Amino acid sequence: MSDVLSSYPLLLRGAWVTIQLTLYGSALALVMAFVFGLIATARSAWLRALGRIYVEFFRGTATLVLMYWFFYALPLVGARFAPMFAAVLALGLNVGAYGAEVVRGAVKAVPKAQYEATVALNMRPGQRLRRVLLPQAIALMLPPFGNLLIELMKGSAVVSLISIADLMLRAQQLRQSTGQTTAVFLVILVMYFVIAQVLQLFVRYLERRADIMLGRRPGRSARSPLDTRLGAAK
Amino acid sequence: MIWDWHFAGSILPDLLRGLVVTVEATLLGYAVALGLGLVWAILRRSPSRIVGQVVRWVVEFIRSTPLLVQLFFLFFALPATGLTLSALVTGVLGLGLHYSAYTSEVYRAGIADVPVGQWEAATALNLPRRRVWAGVVLPQAVRKVIPTLANYLIAMFKDSPLLLAITVPEMLHSAYAVGAKSLRFLEPMTIVGVLFVIVSVLSSFLLRRLEFRYGNN
Repeated sequence: MSDVLSSYPLLLRGAWVTIQLTLYGSALALVMAFVFGLIATARSAWLRALGRIYVEFFRGTATLVLMYWFFYALPLVGARFAPMFAAVLALGLNVGAYGAEVVRGAVKAVPKAQYEATVALNMRPGQRLRRVLLPQAIALMLPPFGNLLIELMKGSAVVSLISIADLMLRAQQLRQSTGQTTAVFLVILVMYFVIAQVLQLFVRYLERRADIMLGRRPGRSARSPLDTRLGAAK
Repeated sequence: MIWDWHFAGSILPDLLRGLVVTVEATLLGYAVALGLGLVWAILRRSPSRIVGQVVRWVVEFIRSTPLLVQLFFLFFALPATGLTLSALVTGVLGLGLHYSAYTSEVYRAGIADVPVGQWEAATALNLPRRRVWAGVVLPQAVRKVIPTLANYLIAMFKDSPLLLAITVPEMLHSAYAVGAKSLRFLEPMTIVGVLFVIVSVLSSFLLRRLEFRYGNN
């Protein structure tokens, strides 16, 4: 165990790569989710079909298969990616497909009267989305997005199979050099667990912010002393 | 390099053999996940607070760590304790254990949905605990969550390629082996991707039928 703990810089470097993959992957996933999720709520049947195809295709394949395809198959037809880029692309496109379904569902879940009101107020389509529909939809999206973020972080462990030096690959190296299999894997399991818990706290914070923004929960300044006491007791 | 249909046809049997292993591992793992998830869900309802909390954190831990790491852990750590299992069995156990964390949450939601009156009636009738679960609560709880549970079968199917990392000869593993031998990766990888999409899309159609049957009651 001490051998493993004393080589913590190696593991920390791996953890940093895992965190980077999570950040870049989730940024790409977020963009894809909004683009294709909003397309799926469009009026044009062509656009909706495009959204459907993206979602069905990328939700249907496994991340690892996608990653192998980018990494091993596409270079043979001339598209060569750096491993890191292939990994982020596979993670982001895959999770983005799930995210697009979340976005579509959330926008659809905003009460119809809200949409009708924006039309009655003569808002432009962009204004309707930005001012009325999205702020309410985002509050609905946050909890499932939180789950997807953790899925993405966990999914990033498979990049070790295309030789990216993330936490998982560092653990493999450490296992080979120290031979203490059980200890190494226990340590990195705990590290993954900690990263996941931190991500979860971050999403909870965003959820609270979104609720305050929509006036569904009193802000810090608006809270009466009684509320604060109740909050502390909880 | 362009697509070679002849080569694609010649490797198809190998890949389909891999697909059989993939499906096998998924179904067996699913059975483990369904059983173990139910155990977790019932234990969380245990009258003892300690048992409930311990199970809650164990499930949380399993759910927020990567399947790949868990598979490696089982693959390398179990033999160290003297328990030697084949790669496929380890893979099935790993998949099942990982997804039991998800199914337990599904069961939990289903159990929480059973009206309190049902519990009270069971108490009033003085039913033994076992019959309360097996005869009253679970039949109602499980029926409601069947579509959600089926969702995880598809999710597991898509996670099964990870088994290649612990040398289970599943589909992606066969594709890689074929590619490494012939130095042609385009056809095997693309076929595997397409097969995955086909199976997933087919199973989501089946899933919609399930939802239609059990969803609205």
